[in-house]
Amino acid sequence: MVFEGLSAKLQETMKKIRGQGRVTEKDVKEMMREIKLALLEADVNFKVVKDFINKVSERAVGQDVLESLTPGQQVVKIVNEELIELMGKTQSKITFAPNPPTVLMMVGLQGSGKTTTSGKLANLLRKQGKNPLLVACDVYRPAAIKQLQVVGDQLNVPVFSMGDKVNPVDIAKAALEHARAKLHDLVIIDTAGRLHINEELMEELSRIKSAVKPHEILLVVDSMTGQDAVNVAESFNEKLGIDGIILTKLDGDTRGGAALSVRTVTGKPIKYVGMGEKLSDLEPFFPDRMASRILGMGDVLSLIEKAQESFDEKKAMELEKKMRSQQFTLEDFLDQMQQVKKMGPLNQVLGMIPGMNNKALKNVEVDEKKMVHVEAIIRSMTRQERMEPSIINANRKKRIAAGSGTTIQDVNRLLKEFEEMKKLFKMMSDMGRHRGKGLGKFKMPF
Amino acid sequence: MGFFDRLKEGLEKTRKGITERIDKVLVSFGKIDDELFEELEEILVTSDIGIDTSMKIIEDLKKKVRENKVIHPADVKDLLKEELVHVMEGECRLNIGTSPSVIIVIGVNGVGKTTSIGKIANLLKQSGKKVIVAAGDTFRAAAIDQLEVWANRVGVDLIKHSEGSDPAAVIYDAVQAAKARKADVLICDTAGRLHTKKNLMEELKKVSKVIDRELPGASRETLLVLDATTGQNAIAQAKTFNESSDITGIILTKLDGTAKGGVIIAVKSELKIPVKLVGVGEKMEDLQEFNAREFIEALFD
Repeated sequence: MVFEGLSAKLQETMKKIRGQGRVTEKDVKEMMREIKLALLEADVNFKVVKDFINKVSERAVGQDVLESLTPGQQVVKIVNEELIELMGKTQSKITFAPNPPTVLMMVGLQGSGKTTTSGKLANLLRKQGKNPLLVACDVYRPAAIKQLQVVGDQLNVPVFSMGDKVNPVDIAKAALEHARAKLHDLVIIDTAGRLHINEELMEELSRIKSAVKPHEILLVVDSMTGQDAVNVAESFNEKLGIDGIILTKLDGDTRGGAALSVRTVTGKPIKYVGMGEKLSDLEPFFPDRMASRILGMGDVLSLIEKAQESFDEKKAMELEKKMRSQQFTLEDFLDQMQQVKKMGPLNQVLGMIPGMNNKALKNVEVDEKKMVHVEAIIRSMTRQERMEPSIINANRKKRIAAGSGTTIQDVNRLLKEFEEMKKLFKMMSDMGRHRGKGLGKFKMPF
Repeated sequence: MGFFDRLKEGLEKTRKGITERIDKVLVSFGKIDDELFEELEEILVTSDIGIDTSMKIIEDLKKKVRENKVIHPADVKDLLKEELVHVMEGECRLNIGTSPSVIIVIGVNGVGKTTSIGKIANLLKQSGKKVIVAAGDTFRAAAIDQLEVWANRVGVDLIKHSEGSDPAAVIYDAVQAAKARKADVLICDTAGRLHTKKNLMEELKKVSKVIDRELPGASRETLLVLDATTGQNAIAQAKTFNESSDITGIILTKLDGTAKGGVIIAVKSELKIPVKLVGVGEKMEDLQEFNAREFIEALFD
């Protein structure tokens, strides 16, 4: 039950409603309960959920829903719209100071990912033409300074540090001088992780703030945070006045309800999201995608977008024709593989399909290595062999295996799987014809 | 300061939050009705216990209230307490009977693995054990240095390779060192990894195999570190790590904040993995054995 998506649950509720033939207020209430549970499961703070549900109920109980033919869909639409509205309609970026250097200050709890994110941000903004300086102000956690230095080395971005015996306020001040002298137009200050209820350390942040007057204070929040996210965000915002939020560790399978919680209680925009351990894994925040994720509806928008970007419409049409007419060759197969690859890592693509998110994906083993092997094998074939696999005899197999660095068994397996796939296409194509539905939307399932 | 006091101190905010709200609920409801249970359920949910587990707990509670013919709303609280203690009870002593025995510490990024290892090493050293720590996090920048600072602070030996080397090789060397130096306990650090990264979960299996092969029959603890701030994702973390590593216990960290850490109740209830240790601060001695009754009492006092 924990992993069931909201859409599945709502469908269940809607079924009951359909059976009755008309929608009552009680039904809306029931749907709202499902949405409430879904949001709570996604770790949205309880108070935030309550306010949200009240707001949506007001809209939902209105006539447009009750008179609608598909009330369930309407409710989801309203919920989705309200979520996007709440999380900020537009993308929010870092604003740079008219007189450089722009100073950014990273704050947050221990382990939220400040140091890694500082590095990622330096990397991203350097690509936009900035000349960043990283500043090591975490004098408390063992080896925190060293960590930032290693990150800086990897990126080839200079790191300013004065060891762990100097007051962070003084380090920040000296760093600003240093940046001016060395003509850095961007200064990113990495501060120590601290509990929002630690008065002394929160006071220290205030002092750094008044010493260097950062243009933006960015709160780094772990996307897996639970109900407590509101307390953390509220405290940091009250004491420091934050300008934006960076959400980390979103490459996991958390639903990320904390995003909604922190956005609601602070009113401050989420500017970036951390999507992995590589220093390039920092992405802009898309409210609509986050809304779908929190609702457990999969990242439908992203998937559609990626598919549109990657699939060549004309090629797809041709392919469909070929599949129907049994003219599908290994050459087409290779082509199709390239298109799928363009969409990104397969497990990422699969993860975006609604209902696939958790339970389903566990059973689907996406072996990207296997795909590489398959590609190598096909690439080791001659064009003729790709068009007419039947001519591949033992000698040819030996050559292909040697050329692709695989074994003859691998080649055999691929040829067999390919034949089975063709049969499958034929079956589906026949079925489609009989039912008169066609395969217009069909894309190759890998 | 005893365990109870320290835990209570660490959990003060938690306890106050929950208790105040529960008392308020119980005072404002003169009789036991559905609304009372609903409010109690809400309180559990806001402690990160999770809607699923909360509903289950409340169902059990309702049954008990009927069976025991409870009339006073205030008695419901005692029953709820009993329910939670019942869910959380479990063996919390570390299984480190053999010499050497092994403790592997695993978890997602940023939960406090390295800090916890420093604290465990201290705890064991205080009880007269000879401890060696292995710097198995060869991935994160300066993770080895961080553990080294802890090893020096506590005064235990550290086995390390350079950054980027094979963690299984570090563990292999550490096992050999533990044998040669006649250590009682070898504590292995591992790199933080999101449980959704399949290849990294495989890497953990490899580490485990090295220990199986080199120290057959040795007592072993595989401790999953969970951050008390984490919400429902902690359940997915526990489930997935358990699939690859057979977790024997949980360390719940950062309980000194305002987070309630209630999700461990869901973890325990679903996976039956006991919480063995709790982190209640940043000091070396801020790690305590977990005790279910005292934990629940501290929540409700």
